[in-house]
Amino acid sequence: MSKKSFRQAINEALRQEMRRDPRVILMGEDVAGGRGGTSGVKDAWGGVLGVTKGLLTEFGEDRVLDTPISEASYIGAAAGAAATGLRPVAELMFVDFVGCCLDQIMNQAAKFRYMFGGKARTPLVIRAMYGAGFNAAAQHSQALYPLFTHIPGLKVVVPSSPYEAKGLLIEAIRDDDPVIFLENKVMYDDEEDVPDDPYTIPFGEANLTREGDDVTIVAFGRMVKFANEAADRLAKDGISCTVIDPRTTSPLDTGTILDCVTDTGRLVIVDESSPRCNLATDVAALVAEEAFDALKAPIRRVCPPHTPVPFATVLENLYVPSVEKIEAAVRAVASYRVKEEA
Amino acid sequence: MQIARDILLSSYRSMRTIREFEERLHVEFATGEIPGFVHLYCGEEASGVGVCSHLTEKDTIASTHRGHGHCIAKGVGVDGMMAEIYGRQTGVCRGKGGSMHIADLSLGMLGANGIVGGGPPLICGAALSHKILKDGAVAIAFYGDGASNEGSTLESLNLATVWNIPAVFVVEDNGYGEATGSSYACAGNQKDRAAGFGMPYFECDGNDFFAVYQAAGEAISHARNGNGPAMLHVHLARWYGHFEGDAMTYRADNEVAKLRAEHDCLVNFRKRVTEAGLLDASALNDLDTAVKSEIDAAVAAAKAAPLPDEADLLKDVYVSY
Ligand SMILES: Cc1ncc(C[n+]2csc(CCOP(=O)(O)OP(=O)(O)O)c2C)c(N)n1
Ligand SMILES: [Mg+2]
Repeated sequence: MSKKSFRQAINEALRQEMRRDPRVILMGEDVAGGRGGTSGVKDAWGGVLGVTKGLLTEFGEDRVLDTPISEASYIGAAAGAAATGLRPVAELMFVDFVGCCLDQIMNQAAKFRYMFGGKARTPLVIRAMYGAGFNAAAQHSQALYPLFTHIPGLKVVVPSSPYEAKGLLIEAIRDDDPVIFLENKVMYDDEEDVPDDPYTIPFGEANLTREGDDVTIVAFGRMVKFANEAADRLAKDGISCTVIDPRTTSPLDTGTILDCVTDTGRLVIVDESSPRCNLATDVAALVAEEAFDALKAPIRRVCPPHTPVPFATVLENLYVPSVEKIEAAVRAVASYRVKEEA
Repeated sequence: MQIARDILLSSYRSMRTIREFEERLHVEFATGEIPGFVHLYCGEEASGVGVCSHLTEKDTIASTHRGHGHCIAKGVGVDGMMAEIYGRQTGVCRGKGGSMHIADLSLGMLGANGIVGGGPPLICGAALSHKILKDGAVAIAFYGDGASNEGSTLESLNLATVWNIPAVFVVEDNGYGEATGSSYACAGNQKDRAAGFGMPYFECDGNDFFAVYQAAGEAISHARNGNGPAMLHVHLARWYGHFEGDAMTYRADNEVAKLRAEHDCLVNFRKRVTEAGLLDASALNDLDTAVKSEIDAAVAAAKAAPLPDEADLLKDVYVSY
């Protein structure tokens, strides 16, 4: 066990799985970098933010493949390789670039198993960065996990910390279905204790980062951290919260969510993705349908507005759900009282 | 080739403006005041300017993530650009787009682009507009050697020929897509790609304004005269990293120093025009001074400009909703 950053935790998961299984290969734009360069330096980048650094040196060019800037072909190639014996981890860099290769994910990889009557296995992992907070503007900042969650056949992982990232990525690589693994780009330097040995965290099992009596908060990815901060502040005023990190949006641990809401009767959902048809609407629908009687207050969603992600810092800060907004939403639900009928 | 004096002067001014703009951004970025990703066009000035010197506001261009040079060459003002890069309300895109999304459709500038390969399909559409509206204009897609491997780019080459539209595909080949050399990433060559899609191919040294101007003139005339699309392959080099902050370990130690010393398009231009007696050095020096103060003023104004306000967040998602 030692302190590791989100970046290191992901790198270690990849390294350990590549050591364990020679069928695990890596591909993507500049996952190593330096090929065709004039200095002869290899592994010049190790990923645009350095996440895959060092893997080329250990595993060589046959297993760490730099690709041309051709997402449709290499993401499709990863799907094809997965269906024929390899276990590729393909990096899409920014998840926004899925616009260039969605067909290969949505119509190909996701549907093989069902369309082919259960005959195919597609052990593919697609890693990509998501999220606002980097001033990267509208085409490099989206939180597109709802898009993938919508597609039957895909599993979708949104890790909330370094520990979570390592265990969930190893699980993703060992899983036999296509998995979309989304890394919040502003979290790469976050650190916490992460075991040195490989371990897995099962999909579809939510993590309760804290338990309380008054309000349940369901949060995804980076928002788990924000929700915990809000909960810390609220605890000082005697409002105690349960915070649920679902870890995977598909499969979704509906049981844990319903149990917690049944206990607290109050629910706030924090989702960094665009507010229409996102995970917050999904969870709200689930609870409205399955736990209506337990609710003591309307469900509140804390999401960005229905706009593209703006560039300027002032606007971006308003865009992303904040600790303050979460806190306000929790206070509103906590103080809500059903009006007595006359 | 004869180039009118006013075109020479305005071209030099554009190239110098780009150089000064980018060198200044390099310095300002290092102070930490500029948010987001910034990709500099330093070293590539003659390409954007050599092409855009043939265009008017009616013609359309689409740019890339490395878009500042194309914007300036197409006439976008440096004040609005600088303010945009600083995320100010006075920016050309009101601070909502930043460096990678500078656009001014009123000038035929269809936008820098955060998506590699995003421009070529859009330019097919712009060329179609020009053809159907019979306005005599052409549409130009600037894209990199890296972008030349995107399916969207290759499909656009095909579509443009199939539709016989006035599009010019300008491959700005600086030898790298991020940290990967084009000798690794580009199979075959651009010339054969053009031939494969049935369009004429022009090629030039992007450090030489006159070579770019000449080749671009031919490619653009071909398209403007209704003969369908053309490809222009410009060989050039970038002087800074892929983006600000890139340590460029993939490039040989002396590579950039050598480029700066031996392949500076501004030095080449100056030498050529003064030796041929087309312009005198003092006129060029005056322009240098004027440009420098213009950039100083743009930076000062950007830093002093108001930030966007809360209401801007929700504005302009739709025309109506
Ligand atoms: C669809 C897509 N894929 C990848 C990227 C990341 N990216 C940004 S610029 C770039 C390199 C582009 O190289 P090139 O087209 O040669 O242009 P240059 O940077 O050399 O001007 C890459 C891979 C992107 N922005 N969009
Ligand atoms: Mg390039």
